[in-house]
Parts: sequence; C-alpha cells; structure tokens
Amino acid sequence: MNRRQLLKTLAALSAMSMMPAGRLFAAPATGNRLLVVFLRGGYDCANLLVPISSKYYYETRPNIAVPVPGNEPNTALPLNADSGQAAFIPFAGTDDLSRSHFETQDSIELGQPLNQGRNYQSGFLNRLVATLSGRDAIAFTDQLPIVLQGSVQVANTVLRTVGKPSVDTRQSGLIATMYQGTSLEKRVSDGFTIRDEVMREMTAEMDAASRNAISAKGFELEARRIARLMKDRHNIGFVDVGGWDTHVGEGGATGYLAGRLDELGRGLNGFSQEMGDEWRNTVVVVVSEFGRTFRENGNRGTDHGHGTVYWVLGGGIHGNQIAGEQIALTQKTLFQNRDYPVLNEYRAVFGGLFARMYGLNDSQLDRIFAGTKAQDLGLI
Amino acid sequence: MLTLSLLAGCATSDTRTADTAVAPGANALQLVNRMTWGANAGTMQHVGRIGLPRYIDEQLGPGRASPLPPPIAQQIGAMTISTKPLVTLVQDLEQQRKDADAVKDDDAKKIAQQAYQAEMNRVAREAQTRTLLRAVYSQDQLREQMVWFWMNHFSVHSGKANNRAMIGDFEEAAIRPHALGKFRDLLAATVFHPAMIRYLDNEQNAANRINENYAREVMELHTLGVGSGYSQRDVQELARILTGVGVNLGTTMPNVKKELAAQYVRRGLFEFNPNRHDYGNKVFLDQPVKGRGLDEVNEAIDRLSRNPATARYVSRKLAIYFVSDDPPAALVDRMAATFTAGDGDIAATLRTLFTSRELDGSLGRKFKMPMHYVVSAVRLAYDDKPILNAGPMLNWLNRMGQPLFGRQTPDGYPMIETAWASPGQMTTRFEIAKAIGSGSAGLFKTDGPQPIEKPAFPQLANALYFGQVQQTLSLSTRRALEQAGSPQEWNMLLMSSPEMMYR
Repeated sequence: MNRRQLLKTLAALSAMSMMPAGRLFAAPATGNRLLVVFLRGGYDCANLLVPISSKYYYETRPNIAVPVPGNEPNTALPLNADSGQAAFIPFAGTDDLSRSHFETQDSIELGQPLNQGRNYQSGFLNRLVATLSGRDAIAFTDQLPIVLQGSVQVANTVLRTVGKPSVDTRQSGLIATMYQGTSLEKRVSDGFTIRDEVMREMTAEMDAASRNAISAKGFELEARRIARLMKDRHNIGFVDVGGWDTHVGEGGATGYLAGRLDELGRGLNGFSQEMGDEWRNTVVVVVSEFGRTFRENGNRGTDHGHGTVYWVLGGGIHGNQIAGEQIALTQKTLFQNRDYPVLNEYRAVFGGLFARMYGLNDSQLDRIFAGTKAQDLGLI
Repeated sequence: MLTLSLLAGCATSDTRTADTAVAPGANALQLVNRMTWGANAGTMQHVGRIGLPRYIDEQLGPGRASPLPPPIAQQIGAMTISTKPLVTLVQDLEQQRKDADAVKDDDAKKIAQQAYQAEMNRVAREAQTRTLLRAVYSQDQLREQMVWFWMNHFSVHSGKANNRAMIGDFEEAAIRPHALGKFRDLLAATVFHPAMIRYLDNEQNAANRINENYAREVMELHTLGVGSGYSQRDVQELARILTGVGVNLGTTMPNVKKELAAQYVRRGLFEFNPNRHDYGNKVFLDQPVKGRGLDEVNEAIDRLSRNPATARYVSRKLAIYFVSDDPPAALVDRMAATFTAGDGDIAATLRTLFTSRELDGSLGRKFKMPMHYVVSAVRLAYDDKPILNAGPMLNWLNRMGQPLFGRQTPDGYPMIETAWASPGQMTTRFEIAKAIGSGSAGLFKTDGPQPIEKPAFPQLANALYFGQVQQTLSLSTRRALEQAGSPQEWNMLLMSSPEMMYR
C-alpha cells in the first residue's frame, strides 16, 4: 500500500491548497471545529483509494476496477502532493462482524465496547461534548442521530431542504409568551433562534444566487450551508450521506459510485471554501459503517465487507499521507478471504484525533471510549 | 376529596364503590387524557353518561373488542395485510425479490428491485396506517395505547431485512392479543415471531456458532432489565437455549438428522431446527436446564416472566409511560406486587396504577411524545369524523423523529420529556401545530391518480373546549389565544400551547 491514487473527483480538494496551511492544532484551540460525515450504506473504499499496485485488485474486479493512471489518463489523478489537506486511514472500522448496516452503524455511533450491555442513549459525539466545555454541537439531520444522543441536549436541523417556516414572526412571538415562566421557556426561545439563524443564512444564499453565483445543489448545497452555520456558532457537527450500498452496477472510474464520490468531493470542497479562514481550524472526518468485498460480485457490484478507508481533511492537518497500520493487499491478507481487515479500530482512531484536537487526557478519553487506548496517527 | 369535574350538560355518576376506586381527586378530562390517546368530545360524553369508575373498568377489560366505525373498518379491511395471511404475503414478496435478483440486464434489474422495495414499503405503510386509525378511532383506547407501548417495549425496526412485510403481523398476532393479558403469553408470542427472531439475529444463532444478540436483549430490554443481577454467563446460556430458533421463508424443510426429525417444529414462518440446537445441559439464572430442545425455550420464558426483577422492570416502565419520567418507588412496588400476585396480569397491574394517588398528582404533567401529540390533536380536532388518509400523520411523526416501527435500536423510543423537547423539536412541533390548525391538512384526501376529497376543518373551538378544556389553560395561553386573527391562527396557537404539550 505505498502508491495510491484518488479519483479525479477528489482532486478538487487540492484547490484548497491556495489557503495557508497553518498548524494551529499544536496547542489545543478552543475555536477549532469538527465535522463528522457518515457515509451510510458502506461505501466501496477500494474504488476510492485504489490499490493500483495490487494485481489481485485488477484480477478480481474485471468490470469495475479503476484503471492505473496512464492507461486512461483522464479518469484518475494522483492526490495533489502539495495540498496537505487530506489524509486517509485504510483498514479502518469496527470489530463488529454482523455486516448489517443498521447494527454496525448503531454500534459505531454508540462507540461502546462490543459484547456487553449497551446504553442506547449515549452516542460518542455526545460524550465528547459532555467531556468538553463551551462546545455547541448540532446534527444536520432530520432526526437526532444516535451518535449525538445522550446527556447533553443537542439540536438538529435539516439543511438538505430548507422550507420557509410557516409560523411567522408574530405567531412565534405569541407562542413564546405562552411559555414564559414554564420549564420549556428557554428551549422554545432557543428553537426560534436557531430557526431564524438558518433562515438568515438561507437569505444570504439566495442573495448570492441572484448575483449570478453558481448555485450549488445536492450535497454541495447542503455542505455549504453546514459551513455557514459552523463558521458562526456550532463547532461540532454531524451529517450523513446515503446511497453507497452498491450491490449492483457500481461502475469504475465512471459510473454510479464515481458519481456519488464526485458529488461528495464537490460538497467537501464547497464546505472548505465556505469555511474561509476557519478552514485552518477545522477537521472533517469521513467514515462509513464498513467496507465492501474486495472482489466484485456477479452483478458488477460489491457486497457488505469489513474494513474501510476513513478520511481526515482540514486546513491545518498533516495531510498527504496514508496513515495508520497497513498491510500489503493479497488474497492471503484479505479478512475471511473476502474483505479488508480492520487494523485501525475506529474508537482508537477517533480517540487519537480527539486527544490532539482537544488536548484530552486518558481519563477524559475513557469517558468517551471506555477501555480503548487512543491511537495517535500524527495527523493533527 | 372527590372532585370529579362534571361534563357540562351531562349528568355524571361520581359515586364509586370500594373495588372500582378512581384516583382520588382525579379530574375526568385529565384522567381520560392520560388513559386514552387524547380526550375528544365523544369520549367525554360517554364518560359523562357512565361515570369515570365504569369507564376505567371498561378500558381495563382484557376481552373487549369494540367495533370500529364502519368507514375505518372498511379502510383496514381492504388492506393487503388484512386479506393475505403472513406466510403467503412473505413468500410472494420473497418470490418477487428472487425474480428481481435473477434479471440479467443491470438497468432492468434495478427497476425490478425498486418495484420490490416499493411493494415492501407499501405493505409497511399499511401497518403504520392501521395502527394510527385504531389509535384515533377505537373505543378501546387503553388497549390501543398498550399495543403501542408493547410494540415499543419489544421494539422491532421494520427497516431491517424484510421486516416491513412482517411488522403488521407482529403487532396483530404477537402483541395485540396480549396487550392487556398475561405477560408470559406476550413474551412467548414475541420470542416465536419471525420479525423478532430476524431483527435480533437469532436465525444466526446455532450450536457452536453462538449469536448472543437476542439473548442479551431479551434479558436487558424485555424482561429483567439491565443491572438486575444476571450475568454474562446467563446471556451465553440463554443464547445456547435459543439455538435453532429461526425463520424459514421457504416451503422446504431443512435436512434434519433422522434421530432429531421428531423435534423439528414449523409454525408459519417460525422454525425450530434441531440440527442447529445445542442439546447440552445449561445453567440459567442459577437453575439447571436439561438440554432437550425447544421446550428449554419455554422453560426460560417461564423463568424470565416470573422473575421478581421482571415484575419491577415492567412495572416501572409502565409507570414511566403513564405517570411520570421518574415514577415514585412506592407506586412501582405496589404495581410489581400486583404483577407478581396475578402471574403477570397486565390489566391488574394497570388497575393498581390507575387507582393510585400518585397518578392523581401527576395528571397534566407528562410531556406528550410525538405519537401522543399527533393522535391527540386529530382526535380533538375531528372527534369521530373518519379521516381518509393517515399519510399526513405519518409525515408528522417522521418529522418529529418518532416514525412508527422506525426505531433502529432495540431499546424502543424513550418516553421521557428530555428526549422530545429539544429546541429544534419544539420548533418543529409548532410547524405541525400550524399544519393541523390551518385546515384539513390532507387528512381527508385519498392518494392516487383520482383522489377523493371531503371538506373538513379542525373544530377545536368546540363544546368540549368551552366546557372543559378552557378552564385548564393558563392566563398567558388565554391571552395569546385572544390575539388570534383568524380561526386558523387560533387553532395553531391552541395546538402550540404548553397545555397541549402535556397529558
């Protein structure tokens, strides 16, 4: 695993190299920001971080392999060596072996040890917020995801589609008066505040669009909106992106998965642009519940696998590297003769990132990931 | 001390006998709000006629099966889940799935697979619709609440595998018949239902290839409760006992060793495969279990359902649902005693709750979950006028984060205020209050290419409001209502008021 290629779509990230790559994480900053992006469905990491030196990859993916650049120069480009703003952690994931989307997503979001009683109302990002102080977390999802459920009250708001609220300002005011002096007073007024904040951002977006700015759509639109909210007030965010369960007709350098990665790449690029100067203080972690089978299946797709590739992006990270424990990819090293093994357990990986970002000590980390030794990958 | 509030214009019998005691000082409107999915004019008139004590007796009667209003009964009767038995339904869908998978052309295959998914979604939506129609219109309101409660207690996520096809039957065949019956029967019905077996992976649990998932959750979530004293060893032993309990969607019997063939059991989609069972002896909850097949499971169900920890755990959960987020220990103790004395008699346990002083002190203070909020609003606004489309209600539940059968994790939805009253959730609730208050909101318009629509308007400023609801409102709420510029806005404000957030 020493030579790796990225899909062209991710080369967009190199645009971020225009910004100075500050190293503000040397001392834990209180102003830093974290966005966790969960790719639900188990994306096929082998067609993102392509093991071009593995003959076995090309043998076992006759229809969906991404070619070595040179043969088809326009389809795959190398990761821009100068950007330094993206790193990848292959062989990442959980020891959960159910290969069930739901169970694996749940168990990752809970971030608790396997094979013992679980607290279903305690996600690891909520425990992070509870451990830190002065953090304002928010989920950009229609329901509060498990990862942010827990002892700290966390807001959620959907940005994929934002409708103008039907309850107008006067009505909101009347509603607020009904709650004066009740235990819900503050939550009601906070709710109206977040709603108005989102609407202000949306108005700015519409103004920009009317000045002939190229209007974003899909995940890029959502990611840009997320950035505008995270720039101001919210410093820990979570969003999920679906559509990765490519059992059939996955495609290679072009096709279905390449299109999804393209949209994701444009979104993350848009996010970094929109963050502006704050991008230096921002870390984005992209995860998925599991990887997929190394070999293609009978439907030119891939099935549920095990280890996957996590991404770490940010204006101030030590990027341009493939981090963590690695192993040469051959038929022999495949897990259960089908999947990427997990060598970098997600709790250890997140623990290491959190320790660097927030200067957490072992007992603080233990509150977030009980019984796990943090793995410092030197990315931050 | 008896201060039953009288329904305006109706003679209320407020005498009570010793054995049908009502919570002392209970206000009829508030008690009905707690016992039902929400008070409406029809229910309050009925309570006015027969009196609160008899109403409570009626609701607690385990064998009751009041007919639904004919238009609602017809809607439910026409559903696929009402006309096709579970086995046929699942096998037909399974065939459709296999046919789609066998299509050679990638594009055609995608279309066929989408059609299969669409049919699964449609069948699941029928089950959701049926639940809502019964919650709104059934006279057996306590039973309908208990159906929801147990569906949440034995929570099955309909999104997993083909559970969308089985979730309706899980409610109908496993939960509903026992909702006010004996806990042991209820537990056993869930253990042997394919939706549960599949959801918690027991079909993967076999001798020497143990999957502990279901065994753990049965003890932690369904019976004893976490921290009640069972050990990891008990989890492993129960998992061994449960080996071989699985699901068979097909029509063929697996190859079973000759000497074990007599042990094979097939009931509908449920299958006990002796080849997969661990026939060794076990020790479960400090008592030996002789290895002998499926009967071990019945023995485990007996032990679990009759364990004192189960009585306490289930009683406390009932008290959280019906009384308070942190129910008084004395009430839970009395309920647990009733539960034990009646061998898990659910109705008797609820009678202890509904005749308690603790209930009286809690009335009007329990935050409504989205399900309570949505159903109580539709009941209040439309009384017994039959809706034509439950879709808007399903959407409101989705927006508020409590889709029916949509809890991913097996712990079921939380039933306490902090889970549902975050700032964003309150704002969403006000948006929904406006949708409900502004007009018929799509509830009286059928889906499809040629929709039928009936005129309807939410009648919230009704006799029940002026007779009883108004008195319960705070001065701030009344002042805000006075400033409404239209009937629609008045409705929206009433539905947004703190009083409508609590039951």
